[in-house]
Order: sequence, then structure tokens, then C-alpha cells
Amino acid sequence: MFDGKQVIAIGERDGVSGTAIAACAEAAGAPIAYVATECFV
Amino acid sequence: MPETAVVRAASLVLAHTPGLARHGSKPMRTLAGNAELTTSFLGNLRSFDDAVNYPPHQAFLGACHPRELPDRPWVGTGFPGAERFAPFGELMPEEEFFGLMAAVDEFDLLVLTPEVAERAAKRLASHPLADRLDLGRITAASGDVAAAVTSGALPVYLAPDVLAGALRGAHAEDESLAAHVLLENLACKATGTLALLHLLHDHDVDPTAIDYTISCSEEAVGDRYQRGGGNMGKTIASVAGLDSSSGADVKNFCAAPIPALVIAASLVVAGVFEQVVVLAGGSLPKLGMKFEGHLRHGLPVLEDVLGGVAVLVSADDGVSPRIRLDAVGRHRVSSGGAGAQILHDLTVQPLEAVGMRMLEVDDYATELHNPEITEPQGSGDVAARNYRTIAALAARRKEIARDGIEPFVAERGMPGYAPTQGHIASAICYLPHALRRLQGGSASKVLLLAKGSLFLGRMSQRSDGMSVLLERNGG
Repeated sequence: MFDGKQVIAIGERDGVSGTAIAACAEAAGAPIAYVATECFV
Repeated sequence: MPETAVVRAASLVLAHTPGLARHGSKPMRTLAGNAELTTSFLGNLRSFDDAVNYPPHQAFLGACHPRELPDRPWVGTGFPGAERFAPFGELMPEEEFFGLMAAVDEFDLLVLTPEVAERAAKRLASHPLADRLDLGRITAASGDVAAAVTSGALPVYLAPDVLAGALRGAHAEDESLAAHVLLENLACKATGTLALLHLLHDHDVDPTAIDYTISCSEEAVGDRYQRGGGNMGKTIASVAGLDSSSGADVKNFCAAPIPALVIAASLVVAGVFEQVVVLAGGSLPKLGMKFEGHLRHGLPVLEDVLGGVAVLVSADDGVSPRIRLDAVGRHRVSSGGAGAQILHDLTVQPLEAVGMRMLEVDDYATELHNPEITEPQGSGDVAARNYRTIAALAARRKEIARDGIEPFVAERGMPGYAPTQGHIASAICYLPHALRRLQGGSASKVLLLAKGSLFLGRMSQRSDGMSVLLERNGG
């Protein structure tokens, strides 16, 4: 699924955090290029 | 030493600043060089009457409880009997607010056109708080705005685009003292001062009896050698005549008001101080943050108000709601960042500590951002998301059945009604409502909870949060 790809994980403060998205993607074998969580309020 | 601390009084204010909205972080970056978007932005700013008549503002200022708000939409619907001055404070119009900024400006940063200075001084002279303001500073701020702008000062407009003044930077090479940073800090100081003066005036508080002032404002006051040095607490105490007070700042992103409240109560219970004020001014960078979504949906620019709050914490007087320091929830490092776990730390944990069930809390006050502001830009309904998670925790604990989630949210939650002013919207805006409900109303317990986004500063991946239980005083 992630062959030849890297993951940019952008989380949202009140939803799923960037680190959680990255952990899932990493567990599925994806290299993580960037992780951030943002807040829009 | 007193066994408990209470919240004696609280005030809330709004300042309607559509002309300053262009200086919000997002508009400042997005409007630059885009004439068409700028025209659309300026053409969709709200009038003062529209801001006064906006139902969520009236709920914020105490004209009704948030649960009494009509169904959305709120834009354009009006609020019967809406007034500028409301039970918890006021909504100040822009020109007066420019005068107020001049009145609290100790460094001649703000220069106003003679016309604006004269009108603002005249109007503030008849304001209920007039004798607590240094009106002479407003007259002294009158000057040559065009020349100031030519010299590099930041132009300041009355909405939509009437040049009203200019804000001078304080040091050409220090970005912490740049004009737009000082404008943010001065706006914060002015709104915090307005809230504090209402607290003193509306609740007959002796300013010289305040021992300590804690600011939980968001702005970072300082210079290049100490960008967030502070101290907005003592700054505002000084300008408001709290001559016996010292102060400090508590920083924790949007969560800061709750630890500030807990620290204030702890200082009182420990016998260090008898009376402590917790206050915050508004966040100018957040003005217009989601304006593109508003314009896309045919709405006016809704993020056009600055908030302010001031709270008096003192020893138990037998009447005012008690701050339960044995029921303080904290988002622990080991709890991670999952939403349900955070809210477990902030709701279940503090209640379990004192043997209470979730159903014993009448009102949960969480992040109460107005969804009419957040949804058009895709940020969802923050308050509703929090309440559903809290109710789900109650269901998981088998305090309610699954079909009890909606009634739990309806009865113990409320619609978001606060402007997206970060810390102001994070539970502390409910405090005056909580006092009303815990004194004359039917509630016996209110839980305030707030979260802060540490990760935004790129020093930690963590968030934080704190909660505290308020309880009716049994005498």
C-alpha cells in the first residue's frame, strides 16, 4: 500500500492527533515524512 | 487559614473590532496583495448593531443562558431586547475601544486622528467606568496619523476602511516590539482592563483589597531577549488601580484559565493571599481566522470581537460557589493524546477523587466555541464533539444507557456560543453563568474543563488540560 510513498500526517486537535495517524501509518509499514497537529479555534 | 476558596464574582466583556480584523494573523497574510479578496473582506464586516444583536454575544454577556438560545442560524436573526450593556459586562464599540487602548497606552504607541481621539474621549467620558480611566491619555494620543504611517507605523482603521490611527513599533530591529505585536499586546491589555474594571464596578470590589492578579491571556509580552517575559497580570492590575496587588502570568495555550483559577484558589487556601484576581484579555491574532469559510458561505466576517474576562477568588464567604481543590482533573503525561482519554482525566478522574458520579454534575463547561463560526471553515462543532465524548464516558461507566447520551448532552451540555477567542472560549466564559446557576439557580455542581494545544509551539507533541469542580455553597 505504501510502496514508494511517504506519509505526511496532519492531525486536528479535537479529532485524531498527527502522532496517532503517524503511528497507524508506521505500523502499516509507511515511512513518515512529516507529523503535525494543528488547532483551528 | 480558610478551608476553601470561592469565586466571589466574574465579569465578561467583548470589544467589537471589525476594523482590527484585518490585523488578525490569517487576514494579514491572506489579504496582502489580493485586492479582490480584500474588497470582499471589507464589504462583509459587521455593524455594531449586528454584533450587539447577535444571539451568541448576548448569551456570552448573560442576557440568556446558552441553553436558551434559539436554534441556528443566529446570523441575521437578532435578539429581542439586546443591549450593549448586559448582566456580565458589555460589548464596546470600536471607536471607544480605540480610545480605551489609548487610555491604557503607557508608551505613546498609539496615535489617533484628532477626530477619533475627540469622539472617543467624549464617549468614554460618559461611560460608567469613566472615572477609572485616564481619559487625558486619549486626548494626548491625538496626532498626525499620516505622518506616523509614513514613518512606518501600522495604520489602524475604523471599519471598514476609515483611517483612525496608527500603532508605532518600539524598536526597529526587535521583532518582539514590532508594531503588529504591540497592537496585539495593547488590545489584550485594553480588553483585560475593561473586564477587570467591570468586575470592580459591577460587583463593588475594593481595588486596593486585591493582593495578587494572575493573567491567563494568550499574548507574549516581552522583547527579543525574553519574548514571553510577561507580566500582563501586574500590567493590568497597575492600570486598574489595584495598588496592593502584584501579579504574574499563567501560560498554557487555551487551557490557561483553569490552572490560573486553581492556582488562585490554592494561594487563598494556603493563606498566602486573601483576594486574587484571575483575568485575561482578548486575542487579536485570532480575528478573522476563518473568514474565508464565512465568505464562501455568504456569512459576514464573524470573528470580529475580542473577549475579556475577570474573576475574583477569595476565602469562603458562606455564599459564593466553592472551588473544590480536591476535585481538580489534570491531563497526565502518561495519558497520551486520545480525546476520550483526555476527557476521562478531566471528568471521571476528578469526580472519582471525591466519590461523585458524572450524573451529579449539573453543567459541564468545556470549549464553548460558537459552531456558526467554526463549521463554515470545516472545523466542526467543538462543543458538541466534547459533549458527545463526555456522555459516552458516562455510558461506558454505565451511569446512563446508550440512548441516554443525547439527553445527557442536552441537559448537562450546551451549544457553543463563545467567539473563537481561544482561552476565553475554554470554559472560563461560562463562569458567570455558573455563579448564577450555583447561587440563584437550580444547579449544585458545575465542572469547568479546558484543553491546551502544546504541540502548536513545536516544543512538545503533547496537549494539556485541567478541570475543576465548582459547588453551591451550603453556608
